[in-house]
Amino acid sequence: MSTLLELRGVEARYGPIKALHGVSLTVAEGEIVALLGANGAGKTTTLRAVSGTVRHTGEIVFEGKQIVRSKPDAVARAGIAHVPEGRGLFAELSVWENLRMGAYVRGERRTLRQEAPRVFKYFPWLERRRDQQAGTLSGGEQQMLALARALVGRPRLLMLDEPSLGLAPTIVQEIFRIVTELNADDGLTVLVVEQNANVALATSARAYVLEVGQVAIEGESAELRRHEGVRKSYLGY
Amino acid sequence: MTPPLAFVWSEFAQQVTSGLAAGAIYASLALALVLIYQTTNVVNFAQGEMATFTTYIAWTIMNHGVAYWPAFVLTLLIAFGGGVTIERVLIRPVEHRPELVIVILTIGMLIAINGLTGWIFGPEVKAFDSPFPNRSVIVGGVAISIQDIGTFCICLGTVVVLWLFFRFTTLGLAMRSVAFNPDASRLMGVRVGWMLALGWGFAAALGAVAGMMAAPTVFLDPDMMLVVLIYAFAAAVLGGIDSPVGAVVGGLTLGVVINLLGSYVNFVGQELRLPTALAVLLLVLVIRPTGLFGRVVVRRV
Repeated sequence: MSTLLELRGVEARYGPIKALHGVSLTVAEGEIVALLGANGAGKTTTLRAVSGTVRHTGEIVFEGKQIVRSKPDAVARAGIAHVPEGRGLFAELSVWENLRMGAYVRGERRTLRQEAPRVFKYFPWLERRRDQQAGTLSGGEQQMLALARALVGRPRLLMLDEPSLGLAPTIVQEIFRIVTELNADDGLTVLVVEQNANVALATSARAYVLEVGQVAIEGESAELRRHEGVRKSYLGY
Repeated sequence: MTPPLAFVWSEFAQQVTSGLAAGAIYASLALALVLIYQTTNVVNFAQGEMATFTTYIAWTIMNHGVAYWPAFVLTLLIAFGGGVTIERVLIRPVEHRPELVIVILTIGMLIAINGLTGWIFGPEVKAFDSPFPNRSVIVGGVAISIQDIGTFCICLGTVVVLWLFFRFTTLGLAMRSVAFNPDASRLMGVRVGWMLALGWGFAAALGAVAGMMAAPTVFLDPDMMLVVLIYAFAAAVLGGIDSPVGAVVGGLTLGVVINLLGSYVNFVGQELRLPTALAVLLLVLVIRPTGLFGRVVVRRV
């Protein structure tokens, strides 16, 4: 498997506060990689550095090209879909209009014609409720719409920030089942940030554990589940 | 002159139609204000002066022998380009500064463009051609001026074209998404800065329509849009400052109400039209603080 995304010594700061102290990681094509860690460890900031929504330095290579310090819209056009914390939906727009925005990155109309049926296979209810205002969906539905919107643009890399946040366990299961399916069906590459280490390690092939803005532990997810430190700190047994 | 207490239907209908024509002009300018407010989050105080300046450009083009409609279209294009340029050159550098800074900048632009207009074109009042004949048509016993019908149709037509653009085109959708959530739009690959510039371009073009429609009756002078701008503010606030539909409905309502008050309420007359309109506005806002169409956005988290 070839490397799709590589971070080398990425540092990031919010004003005077440094959030990342040199993060290095790789994501191979077709892989699901999880980023674990406590609150404030720098998981979200790592994704934001990649998508260009936080000031950062270091090296970020995507498909062999440096994208460090690229503008967020340029990163999106390069093929990285970032579903941010809080999902970043357009609450005032309809479900369908949100999906149209997802296709914007590749030229809306043709992309939407090709990709919408494929995405509706995974989220059949979206098609029935395409005219509903996105802000009136339930939390789980909003998360799924955010995921569907990202998929419509056929990203090379999907970055999910805490898809489980605030959702009921069955819905979390459902979301990760769909992510696994997409990975198996289309070879979708995923970098997922998660508080819920159990479900993240069960879904991913490899994982990184961040502590105070640095990678503390990395390895195969199956191994990390047996790792004593990971078990005690993140799995709770 | 009709005696004060006599009520004649045909005259009432005439007042309503000429109110609608004036209201359509307020609506265009109010919509321009809303377009900029939605994306830049400030009220553009220079909107009226931008409209005046572009109307002078139309006047200049027509003076060079170009027919009305080609000059009209050319003016819209120039206004659009001018709006885009203003955003890129003047607004962009202060984009992330506090809103007050941008407000003061637009007030500065008001004064600067006003001065520039007088300096380039001279302070004297000029006549501005109307594309419509100065006649009336009789509809159901009511004489309606073709000028009023034309003004109404051009202004509302422009609004409809814009609405179709925002509703059905990819670019229009992207511009709306930027108005709602610029950060999320960036993640969708939208060049947010350019969308803001396009918003200013459309606002300037709408203003040019308002200016060219107003000029035949108010005549062309550097201050001609001052009162219209105040009515447009009132219309935008009346409709809810972030609602395009509200701006249009607010503009039309205001036009009709002012005209009726001016002709049927004795003490209002010409002089008290503006204060009365603002009093009505105040009343509406006391009852509905978000305006007629302004929404309190409800969303689940």
